Amino acid sequence: MAEQTPIIEFKSVSLAYGDTEILKGIDLSLEQGKFYTLLGPSGSGKTTILNLISGQLAATSGDILFENKRINDVPVEKRTVNTVFQDYALFPNMNVFENVAFGPSIKKMSKNDIERQVHDMLKLVKLDQYADRDISELSGGQRQRVAIARALANDPKVLLLDEPLSALDYKLRKDMQYELREIQQRLGITFVFVTHDQEEALAMSDWIFVMNDGVIQQNGTPEDIYDEPINHFVADFIGESNIVDGIMKTDYVVHFVGKDFENVDAGMRPNERVEVVLRPEDLDLTTIENGKLIVTIDDQSFRGDYYEITAIDDDGNEWQVQATNSAQVGERVGLTFDPEDIHIMRFNESEDDFDARLESYEDDDEE
Amino acid sequence: MKSKQQRQLFYLVPYGAWLLLFVIAPLVLLLFQSLTNANGGLTLHNYAVYFGSGTYLRMTFNSVWFAFLITLITLVISYPMAYLLNQLKQKQFWLLLVILPTWINLLLKTYAFIGLLSKTGTVNNFMSFFGIAPQQLLFSDWSFLLVAAYIEIPFMILPIFNSLAEIDPKLEQASRDLGANKWQTLRRVILPLSMPGVKAGIQAVFIPSLSLFMITRLIGGNRVITLGTAIEEHFLVTQNWQLGSTIGVILIVAMVVTMILTRDRVKKNTRK
Repeated sequence: MAEQTPIIEFKSVSLAYGDTEILKGIDLSLEQGKFYTLLGPSGSGKTTILNLISGQLAATSGDILFENKRINDVPVEKRTVNTVFQDYALFPNMNVFENVAFGPSIKKMSKNDIERQVHDMLKLVKLDQYADRDISELSGGQRQRVAIARALANDPKVLLLDEPLSALDYKLRKDMQYELREIQQRLGITFVFVTHDQEEALAMSDWIFVMNDGVIQQNGTPEDIYDEPINHFVADFIGESNIVDGIMKTDYVVHFVGKDFENVDAGMRPNERVEVVLRPEDLDLTTIENGKLIVTIDDQSFRGDYYEITAIDDDGNEWQVQATNSAQVGERVGLTFDPEDIHIMRFNESEDDFDARLESYEDDDEE
Repeated sequence: MKSKQQRQLFYLVPYGAWLLLFVIAPLVLLLFQSLTNANGGLTLHNYAVYFGSGTYLRMTFNSVWFAFLITLITLVISYPMAYLLNQLKQKQFWLLLVILPTWINLLLKTYAFIGLLSKTGTVNNFMSFFGIAPQQLLFSDWSFLLVAAYIEIPFMILPIFNSLAEIDPKLEQASRDLGANKWQTLRRVILPLSMPGVKAGIQAVFIPSLSLFMITRLIGGNRVITLGTAIEEHFLVTQNWQLGSTIGVILIVAMVVTMILTRDRVKKNTRK
């Protein structure tokens, strides 16, 4: 990947109210033209990061850089970023046109330019027929589009989106995910999207920052984060996970639920205590003879394209399984999986250590 | 369904009785009286006197003019004050301090101002240090405007404060985010959205100010003659109830006009 100058950089940025630390030493770097997602539960500090980029909040310490210039002290209205607010925050005293024209008219653009810009933006969000409507006459999805058009009308270099889809119903949310992604790619500007919905994050993003407790837990592509969660929190938050305690006996051999399993992880101390992650979709039901684990089916529900099965092994561990075939509750069955489906997490391993370890043994493999 | 309607009608009885006894009946009596002469015969004579007399028309103009000035002064003071109050952390507490004086009797407050403004009063005492006392402060247009504005300010601040408090703070953030500075945000977002409060404040101040009479007498020294003073004179001094009622009717018409002019026209504005 070619090195690009980052458009936004955080250098050990912290924010505290008295003794309450909201953000603890955040480092991040965002490139031009990508779709970033800040993902985390409420109170994790993801919206705070957004407010620091937009300038609504000021950092307690650390530097925030925009195109290599420190912007900590630049007021909100002077920054070339715009925000789509969670509840849209459309001006109720203005109609659709006036809302979208707000930014351009503040910039003292000519009347013709404003009209062209508003028209283009409304067309982009497919609302060009609605310019004269009152905000109160619009549906939730249409308000959402107006909010996007209004934020984009200023030609921002970075668009910030604060849980913009959370108020929409499921079907509309799916459509808007697709559409937002398309708008981002068409305009080629950087999007920073905040959400607590991991499915949304995985579907839309080029790069995800998983946040908890004011700290970035892990960042990477959706695939990286899903396949290689760094700790219990990330594994649990992103998708469904079966997490059990285990011991990494030697490289490529892990011991859990009383058995040794071959796997593909290495680079740890002998007999190190670890956590083992198995994704429900990686587990398959099989006969007891072929099963690597023997379990009893406890519960089953039909999810349309798969059955969600809860099974319990003889040690009392619960296993979530996504199976294409149904089973009988109370039935004893085997569970099978491949060595590469086992993901090992060390306790308290930092992202840098994790990456370094991964590189060290992947290099070994190639030699 | 029918019983529900009957129950609703029943609940309307106290309101209806109040309306009839204290609003409709007095209005009808007032209108009727304004159309009679001293012997009880129907006549338009009172209105002819009113509209034929330069004194009454000047009085009416005076009333409207002073009410306008009082409203303007209170508005100019109250809007920034309500805006600042809204920014404070303990805003309800500070608002209470502004509202507090309204709990004190109007007459008491007025007498307090006589104590402050008289030739031997506090203000003249203070000014004597600079050798510019005693000045005639009471019984002037200015003292009348000062005291009237002081009395009316809470009634202007309260509705403006409420309408400002209702504005979603996100809207201010959005405006700043879109490039508007504080002043532009105030002018283009906050001010238009607080107009209902401003209108309510204007109603609450302008209409009572039309008929102020105690302050005109005690502070204005009857130099400022308003419709309120005229009504009082006719009812209590000259005992000409008919002409007093006529002026009362004129006053009510003026109030209705004010309410029509300041009514909420949000719907109309957005649907152009």
